[in-house]
Formats: sequence, C-alpha cells, structure tokens
Amino acid sequence: MTTIAETGGDTAAGAPLVQVQDLEMYFPIYKGVLRRQVGSVRAVDGLSFDIRRGETLGLVGESGCGKSTCGRALLRLYEVTGGRITFEGRDIAELAGNALRDMRPRMQMIFQDPQACLNPRMTVGSIISEPLDEHHVATGEEKRQRVRELLEAVGMNPEFANRYPHEFSGGQRQRIGIARALALAPDFIVCDEPIAALDVSIQAQVVNLLQDLQEKLGLTYLFISHDLSMIRHIADRVAVMYLGKIVELAPVEELFNAPKHPYTKALLSAVPVPDPAVEAKRERIILTGDVPNPANPPAGCRFCTRCPDAIDRCSVEEPVWRNLGPAKGSNGTVEDHFVACHRVE
Amino acid sequence: MTDAALPNQAPPGEPAMRPHRSLWRDVWAQFAVHKGAMAGTGIFVFIVLAVFIGPYIHTLDPSFIDIRNKNQGPSFEHPMGTDQLGRDTFAQVLAGGQVSLAVGVTAMALSLVIGTLIGVLAGYFRRLDGPLMRFTDLFLALPLLPLLLVIIMLFRDTLRSAFGPETGIFILIVFVIGITSWMQTARIVRGDVLGLKEREFVLAAHSIGTRQHRVISRHIFPNVLSPIMVSATLGIANAIITESALSFLGLGFPSDFPTWGRLVFDGVTFLEQHPERVLYPGMAIALTVLSVNYMGDGIRDALDPRIRSNR
Repeated sequence: MTTIAETGGDTAAGAPLVQVQDLEMYFPIYKGVLRRQVGSVRAVDGLSFDIRRGETLGLVGESGCGKSTCGRALLRLYEVTGGRITFEGRDIAELAGNALRDMRPRMQMIFQDPQACLNPRMTVGSIISEPLDEHHVATGEEKRQRVRELLEAVGMNPEFANRYPHEFSGGQRQRIGIARALALAPDFIVCDEPIAALDVSIQAQVVNLLQDLQEKLGLTYLFISHDLSMIRHIADRVAVMYLGKIVELAPVEELFNAPKHPYTKALLSAVPVPDPAVEAKRERIILTGDVPNPANPPAGCRFCTRCPDAIDRCSVEEPVWRNLGPAKGSNGTVEDHFVACHRVE
Repeated sequence: MTDAALPNQAPPGEPAMRPHRSLWRDVWAQFAVHKGAMAGTGIFVFIVLAVFIGPYIHTLDPSFIDIRNKNQGPSFEHPMGTDQLGRDTFAQVLAGGQVSLAVGVTAMALSLVIGTLIGVLAGYFRRLDGPLMRFTDLFLALPLLPLLLVIIMLFRDTLRSAFGPETGIFILIVFVIGITSWMQTARIVRGDVLGLKEREFVLAAHSIGTRQHRVISRHIFPNVLSPIMVSATLGIANAIITESALSFLGLGFPSDFPTWGRLVFDGVTFLEQHPERVLYPGMAIALTVLSVNYMGDGIRDALDPRIRSNR
C-alpha cells in the first residue's frame, strides 16, 4: 500500500511548498447497539504528491473519490489517520492546538457552495475581518481599511462591507469567500470546487480572478474540480484520483494529449469538444458498473473492476507508483509523469 | 507581499468607509415595523406596569377579608367585584400578576439557559452528545408530578427557613419549573446545531483558526436563535400554567397568596354563579401569553437578516 513518490523537485520550476506522503484519511464506521467499529471508509488511501510554490495543481476525479477529503485533510480540518503533510519543511499532520493555529494563516480554503460558506447572520465586513480579529492582525480603522482593500482586490465595491450575504448573487458571494481566504495573506489556498455551483458565465470571472490573484500575490493553489476543461485552463499539473488513490499525475498538456492510465483516458474521452466535426468523431470510453464501495475496495488495482484493459494481474497485485520520466510541462519546464498501472509501459 | 499588491490608498475625495452599521439599530427598525410585535409589546408593557404600579393606585389589600361584602358584582369600589370571602378581585389579580409574571419570566429564563447550553454542547461536541441526550431522555421519562411532589416536600421547609416563606417558595417553584421544562429546547437546539456545524461557514471558521468557543458564540449560537426565541415565548406560557397547576395541588404558594393560576382554580368552584371570577385572571394569562408570543415572533424576525432586508 505504501507508494512513495520519487520527488521530481530537481526538474521543477519551484521548490515544493507542500509535500504529501502516504496521506491516509479513514472514517470509522460504527454499527450495532454497542456502536463498535466494524470497518472504515478509506476516503483517502495513501496519497503522495508535491505542490510547488506558485503552481496550480489540479485534482480531478468523479464524485466521492476523495478529492474534497484530501483538500480538507491538507488543511488539517480533519485529524488525518496516517501519513505526512509537510508545509515548508514542517510536518503539520501531527500538529495540534496553538501550534496548528499558528500555521492556519499560511493556508486557506475557498469553498464549493457560496450559499453555505458565509454565515448568514454576519455582515460581509465582519466575515472578512474575522480572520484579522482571530489572529489580532489589525483593529479599528486599520481593519476597516484592510477589508476595503480586500473587497477591492476581488473586484467588489468596498461599500458592500455593511451588507449581509443573502443580498449577493452566487458569484459575488464566492468573491467574498475569496476575500476572506486572502485576508491573512496565505501562501497556499485549497480551492474546493470553487466554480461548481456557479453559472458558466460567472465561472470564467471567478477563475480569471483566481489567476490574477495568483499572479499578483504569488499564491499556490490546489484546485479541486471535476470540470476537466476548467482544469486544463487553470492547472499547471494535474492529479487524477480514483477511489482514494491518485492514479496519474502529469503536466497538464501531457495529461490531456497523452494520458497513460485507462481511467484518465476514459475521463478525458467524456470531455466535449467545441468543434462539431471533431465532436461527431469523438470516441467515448464508457465505463461499466459503479465505483466500488470505499469501505471495501477491490484487491489489487482499485480500478480493475471497471478497467477495459484489465488483466489477471490487476486484481491481484497493486500497481506501484512509477515515474515514466520527464515530459514537457507548462512554460517550457520539464516535469515528471507519474502513473500507477500495470499495463502502462 | 499582499499589501504591496493591493490598492492601499482610497481615491482622494472619496469618503472614508462608514463604520459597520449598528446591528441593534437594524434589529429595532425591523421590530418596529412588525405590527403584531409592537401591539404585543404594548400590551405586555401595559400588563407589567398595571401589575407593579397598579397596587399603589388601587390600594385595597388583596388579602383583606370583608365577609359582609362577599360575592359582589363590579362597582366603583371593587372594579371586578369581590370573592366568596369579600376580598377584592381586582387587587388579587394585580397581586397575583406580580407573582405569575415573575415566575413565568424567571422559570422561562432558567429553562432556556439549561436547554440551550445542553443542546449546543450535545450538538457541537460529539463526545458529549450521547451522555447529554440520554440525560435529556431521562428527564423526559421522569413522571413529572411525583417528582415535583418529592422535590417540594424535601426542600420546602429548608428554603422557607433560609429565605423566608415567600422568597423560599418562589425560588423553589422557579427552580422546579425550570429544571422540568428545558428538554424540548435542548432537543430542538441540538438538532439545529448538528446541521449547522457541518455547514461550510463553520468549516471556514475552523480553517481560519477560530477557537471553539468563538465558533459557538459567533457562528452556531446566532443561527439557532430562532428556535430558542420560539421556545422562550412558549416557555413563559408553560411556566405560568405549571405554576397554576402546582398551586391547585397545594404545592405552590400558600393558599392566601394570590397568583393568576390560583385565582382561576379558586374561581372554578363558583363557575356557574360567578363566571367572571375565572374570566378575569384567565384573560390576564391569555393576554400575557399572546402578547409574549407576538413579541417573540417579532424578535425572531428582527434578528434574521434575510427577513430584515425584505421590508
């Protein structure tokens, strides 16, 4: 089960900001009158990857594959059950109490549902200034000035600070959520499907805002999404998750042009192409069956029950996490291409 | 790094940002447009003033027995007539109101505090959920009347000697009503908290590093205010009525000590000859309960920013 990533940091543009090794997040299942633990849901089961400073790592996969759990575990919103999360050389998987609280300003999160991520009883001003209050960053006039700057930074009228969240549209609320995440000037932001609940026209605005902010503030993103075209647009590298494991990790163009893992191929074949001629000829790989229960994953390769290329070995032996060698990354850099599959040469 | 990239200066000539608008002024503005709430407040304030200032204007002693003037109808001297012992009914209703209101409000406050505390703790801390909710079930399963009997039997004399007969029994009754009526509130609050704590804004507060007690006071508590307000308004009515029942059983205040509930039960015997004797204190109870319910309705709406902006 242990699949340690060979860190390909030497070939990369930036040094790793976040390093994840064998991250495990199991949720216990209790049953019966005595509420005894009868098993666990392996939402995240042995993830290893690096996120380099200044890059956007896309994390894709179907619903329930553990993407959001991974993002939340990275920010220590859960007590992780195993593995290491290293943030700037410091292991944060075991931190607790004030030591963890002191790390919070460095890493923030943008949430999926703009309806649920803002407290309906607080004004926008107090929502954005909550992080400032909690970490005693600013008070009084200085705080109001900071809130004003943050609202301007996300393209909103600073006068809106006195309003309540329900007075805004979904896109505006998402901007408020982004302003809150920026309040403590973090280095690393987990974007947990920030555009999934938005209109297509608003999606573009929010994604462009995120890109602008990244450029201005040098942010590092973990961008979780199931929208592959958006991932292609925003990400530098992409990790594909299936049932709690990463099956393929590659630079974005490499992944979209030359996917190696059969699951990635199936996933990519579902992306519509905005050209009728190509779209008519597009061959879809239709997967049969359902995602297996993460409380009882199949032996061997997790994907073997649905894989069109499966051989006998797949259901027996778990594929190792292999480096296929360098591939062309974004901005002319060279990145490694990782995959976990027996059938890939 | 962030500061350098963000626009630091407000454009010249633009007014400085207004301070956050005052929450309580907004709340009052919304409360004031709720007609029912304003009427309820008016009636409640009137009842409170009448009950506490009235005895200085209508100076008859409520316990003065004037047997020759018994069972009289309304007159200038006795606006609500007299009872079977010649005591002035109006003076009794005023004196009874003092006790009933005090018992109602204090017992409601006590049961609300206990219920909210247990509900929030049980809903928020998973480890406390089981023990606290089983504790609540235990209280719900207790046969209430025998319990009250035992408590009052055990503690009446001790409290009487410690605080005097009236204060002692007042404390006892408030306490007894308070600790036997918090369970519904606790259950409702727990249910709401369970839902709220999974909302993303609570998760966002955790990711900021907000401490637990702040998460509860800033994010959880304000969002469960609505069911608490409803419980509060129903609680006053419930407390007044329970106190009446206790007085009827001879377990409440002494028989010569008027409360609204006691007056109703005393009047029941003469319901056929003098129905008004039940009607006056009964109306006082009904008006109080109704006005408090409307007030609660108004407060609940006023505290909800979504309703506040729809006016």
